[in-house]
Amino acid sequence: MAIMSGAQILVECLEREGAKVIFGYPGGVMLPIFDVLYDAKIKFILTRHEQGAAHAADGYARATGKVGVCMSTSGPGATNLVTGIATAHMDSIPIVAISGQVKTALIGNDAFQESDVTGITRPITKHNYLVKDVKELARTIREAFYIASTGRPGPVVIDLPVDVQNAKTEFVWPQGVSLRSYQPRYEGHPGMIKKAAKFIERSARPLIYVGGGVISSGASKELLTFAEKTGAPVTMTFMGLGAFPSSHRLSLGMLGMHGTAYANHATMESDLILAVGARFDDRVTGRIDAFAPNAKIVHVDIDPTSIGKNVRVDVPIVGDAKRVLCALTKAVKKVPDIKAWWDAIDKWKKEFPLFYKHDDRLRPQYVVEQIYEATKDLPTVIATEVGQNQMWACQWYKYSEPRTWLSSGGLGTMGYGFPAAIGAQMGCPDKIVFDIAGDGSIQMNIQELATAVTNKLPVKIAILNNGYLGMVRQWQELFYKKRYSGTILKNPDFVKLAEAYGAKGMRITKKEDVPGAIREALATDNVVVMDFVVEPEENVFPMVPAGEALNRMMNGMA
Amino acid sequence: MKHTLSILVENKFGVLARVAGLFSARGYNIDSLTVSETQDPSVSRMTVVVNAQDERVLEQIKKQLHKLIDVITVQDFVKKEHIDRELVFVKIEADKKGQTSLNKILKRYGGALVEKKTDCVIVEIAASTQDIRRLLDDIKDFKIVELVKSGCIAIAK
Repeated sequence: MAIMSGAQILVECLEREGAKVIFGYPGGVMLPIFDVLYDAKIKFILTRHEQGAAHAADGYARATGKVGVCMSTSGPGATNLVTGIATAHMDSIPIVAISGQVKTALIGNDAFQESDVTGITRPITKHNYLVKDVKELARTIREAFYIASTGRPGPVVIDLPVDVQNAKTEFVWPQGVSLRSYQPRYEGHPGMIKKAAKFIERSARPLIYVGGGVISSGASKELLTFAEKTGAPVTMTFMGLGAFPSSHRLSLGMLGMHGTAYANHATMESDLILAVGARFDDRVTGRIDAFAPNAKIVHVDIDPTSIGKNVRVDVPIVGDAKRVLCALTKAVKKVPDIKAWWDAIDKWKKEFPLFYKHDDRLRPQYVVEQIYEATKDLPTVIATEVGQNQMWACQWYKYSEPRTWLSSGGLGTMGYGFPAAIGAQMGCPDKIVFDIAGDGSIQMNIQELATAVTNKLPVKIAILNNGYLGMVRQWQELFYKKRYSGTILKNPDFVKLAEAYGAKGMRITKKEDVPGAIREALATDNVVVMDFVVEPEENVFPMVPAGEALNRMMNGMA
Repeated sequence: MKHTLSILVENKFGVLARVAGLFSARGYNIDSLTVSETQDPSVSRMTVVVNAQDERVLEQIKKQLHKLIDVITVQDFVKKEHIDRELVFVKIEADKKGQTSLNKILKRYGGALVEKKTDCVIVEIAASTQDIRRLLDDIKDFKIVELVKSGCIAIAK
């Protein structure tokens, strides 16, 4: 067995865990690791801000299904990772974040660039470690990857003091991981599955409501089989987009605050909700005491803390979405007769379609639709920022495959999309990767243009530029008498900005130029920034005002 | 309602902060907390007494405790037969006469005077939370200089 330094052990273990790329930023206490990385097989991508590194690792994980890895120095480096770690935590994304730490003897002394990383990240990680003994390092890294990627996935932080990086020990690769206190349950309880199947067989108005758990479990095929067998409508949460093909006859699209009216009506009227890998978040349920008053609820989730948290559940099933859906498909013997239910849904679909004004103005929804038209037959990943751009990307792009939709759902992190797109492009070099952005949020991590250009990661950025922080402006318009406080943006020239970084910049101001511009961007081998100067006061509809029941939607047709 | 939670955890640094964090993040005050090694030195037991203002919130905390990687099991003794004890030291101002009457009271609770000075004594008692409350009520006319409680420990029957 070889004697190795902590830094060598770290890199060796990352490679053995299958990590192909690290996104990060160096610093004083990381020098031993960066010296090892100089000769390593694993690729290091230097972002221009640690937040970008954390989001890139997250985007890589969402697009590939593998654990994303990011790295920072101690103190400010580590605190800059925090927003990215919290984003991954809220959306259950497996990343391993490695932060350097001052040497063990200085911890707690207010040393230069010291921060209590395990303390700061405790509530926003699935687990975290401070490694004080180099002999513990290999086991810690194995555990970190195991914990991040199993059960309900999530971020794990390893804080690594510089003296531990330099300390030497015999390297032993732990054969496996065994944690007596962490044993996720994958198989659903057979009695509960039987009970759930009975409920489904007897229902007249069933609804399958699926979330990000279906994607992390890789259960899309099983979901499709189950849905087609029962003929029940499927609605997806924001995190669940891509879990079920949007264009499928059984799909109702997304539900919730900016979901389709027909998905929301169906949810409120249903008599049986089968929730799979979703958590009844407040953006989905609307006013909680008015939510789906007549529905029995079957809730399948790998995380027992999600079940019964927000709504009362009739049949709780703790287990993996894929295995439980498989078991449910077998357990349902008699398919319910739901013709009348579909008649009602079809009526809502006719009455309340997704809608925007078709005129000669350049409207943001049209841009998203045209991106869809141009890429629907090509393998494409869509990342978004947060706000109106994100909601239009939910509504007007039709996702048909899992892991093609990357967006910060739980935390709602502006500045997520572009670095996430970079991570996705790194993981999926053959796919087209778009970042649908707003003019506000793109500026939160615009520095990553350097990362994308330097590493030849040809992400296409579509800025829906309305000169406002659009979503907040929309709320000000609707609920604060159009008093646009703090939401008006004076923007830089995005074309020149792109060019300054060595990317291609384009400005599109006319509706008729949109399809051609997108085609041109797709034909470009470089990073492209498309500045779509869109209708400034366009709103996202339908909309359930915060605190209202899910079927009390503003439709924007008036 | 008062809940006594008995939590088996990995005996590692940082575990206490993880457990305490779940309560503090929800604005929950912990009434008492004891931590000590079990017969297996790699495992510690935490006994947490908490007053649940909202049973659903406590249910969520229990589930989240269980979800912590370093937590092995979580038991709530609220509906389980169990024995609970608390160790208490009380430093009391008492002259000779006072000490005699204190002694009488203590006998009823199985307590003892473990340190005696002419004007002051230290009382030790290990009893159920209920008995300790009664004892403290019985000695309320004395001047208490200092009161130290260990917090509750409990074991299932």
